[in-house]
Amino acid sequence: MSDYDVIVIGGGPAGLAAATSARGEGKRSVLVIERDQKLGGILNQCIHNGFGLITFNEELTGPEYAARYEKLARDAGVEFLLDTMVLDVSPDHMVTCVSEARGMQRISAGAVVLAMGCRERPRGALNIPGFRPAGVYTAGTAQRLVNIEGLMPGREVVILGSGDIGLIMARRMTLEGAHVACVAELMPYSGGLKRNIVQCLDDFGIPLLLSHTVTRVEGKRRVEAVWIAQVDEKGRPVAGTEKRYPCDTLLLSVGLLPENELSRAAGVELSRVTRGPVVNESLETSVPGIFACGNVLHVHDLVDYVSQEATAAGAAAGAWADACAQHQAHDEEPGIPVVAEGGVRYTVPQSIDPERMPEKLTVRFRVGGVYEDKRICVYLGDERVIAKRRPILVPGEMEDVTLKREDLLARPGLEKIVVTLEEA
Amino acid sequence: METRTLTCIRCPRGCTVAVTLADDGTITSVTGNSCMRGDKYARDEVTHPVRVVTTTVPVVGSATEKMVSVKTAGDVPKGRVFDVVRALTDVTATAPVHIGDVILADVAGTGIDIVATKDA
Repeated sequence: MSDYDVIVIGGGPAGLAAATSARGEGKRSVLVIERDQKLGGILNQCIHNGFGLITFNEELTGPEYAARYEKLARDAGVEFLLDTMVLDVSPDHMVTCVSEARGMQRISAGAVVLAMGCRERPRGALNIPGFRPAGVYTAGTAQRLVNIEGLMPGREVVILGSGDIGLIMARRMTLEGAHVACVAELMPYSGGLKRNIVQCLDDFGIPLLLSHTVTRVEGKRRVEAVWIAQVDEKGRPVAGTEKRYPCDTLLLSVGLLPENELSRAAGVELSRVTRGPVVNESLETSVPGIFACGNVLHVHDLVDYVSQEATAAGAAAGAWADACAQHQAHDEEPGIPVVAEGGVRYTVPQSIDPERMPEKLTVRFRVGGVYEDKRICVYLGDERVIAKRRPILVPGEMEDVTLKREDLLARPGLEKIVVTLEEA
Repeated sequence: METRTLTCIRCPRGCTVAVTLADDGTITSVTGNSCMRGDKYARDEVTHPVRVVTTTVPVVGSATEKMVSVKTAGDVPKGRVFDVVRALTDVTATAPVHIGDVILADVAGTGIDIVATKDA
């Protein structure tokens, strides 16, 4: 007998939606363990609007969206341990955590949902030459300083990387009285949503320098300037294009990495592309009864998709815990592999068992470059079952296709499912 | 006749919307939008662009928060965005604050209230 039917690690948007769904109208006991003092995760510092259009048909701010899901989880009777850090998850679902209030605890679960989110790629991952002066922050750290702590990181700002947080912070710093000189992006396209380029950069006349990077950070105690150069098609700085931007602050918005230390220690197989767990149609990892959802699984562009995915993961974890409590054997047959081809970088899930999948299953993915006028195609064996026309596909935006269970069941012996891009 | 191409900012889909204007400035067509929000955005954007402003104000007396996040309860003219932020320079909220509480009524004479988006 486990202490809880389902334990969810992380109380951000993924964890709250997974827990609410796992609760199954009060049928199961569910515990969320969160390291912060409050629920909602990173949404608490995302004070801009644009969240929840799909889920609530409203444009909410991050804290409002988080509050809605916190209420749903509390009303559903989910239990919470706040200010509590999970140190270890064992393959047999024993969760070890520590807090100032209760010390070290070991809590067992029928099933576990990983919902730890992601973190920002730091300066150390970029190899920018120069000293280590004060004034270099990840965009998310600056966001926390401004929106939660009420502190301004600097006055004259350069932003490297055009991820959404960087774009959002360009506007935020401008509204707070700073001058943002430019956003430099290594790639020939932006990593963020188009709407954020319009409303965060264009609205304020902030230039977006595509195919540019920071080659040098000047200053010993504090950033004094950064040098920005154009790059060639291989990302190498082009000699003679360097320009000096005097500034006191450099913000980095250069990618997000799923935070999978606990998953790795639990023996969960990780994908080299997503850096998150490899999962099947139930969002179950390679370790039976351990599920994953949200940004720990793969980095999302929209929280609405996180909530949808987490709801599915929570329900699957709940069903797994039920079967476990009734000593039913789990069907651990490997599913049919889902193969990403032709510009599709990866898919989540990576395998599908037609017997276990729901009537309709959403397969999410991202593309590796900018593609115009293509069709997203799905092949079951040699047969094309989906051809969805898309005028433009960009790496910054997540795509999806919906597979029907009947289509898979109608093809016994199916060896692979291919998701690919073709000319329209 | 003039055609202006916009990126809709009303949802993350970011539709490319084309607005055709007659010589007298009246809108003759809006195309490329996937929903009515996009139609309204495009019409607003070429005649009187508007934005929702989100920012923070300090809060006193809260056990957990130093700042409370706020937004304009509706659209304000794009050209008034900085006026809205400036009008909040010396505004401080007092706990307890609940989501939806009016922090400042009729900000900068826009007729729009500033409301809290976080409990504190």
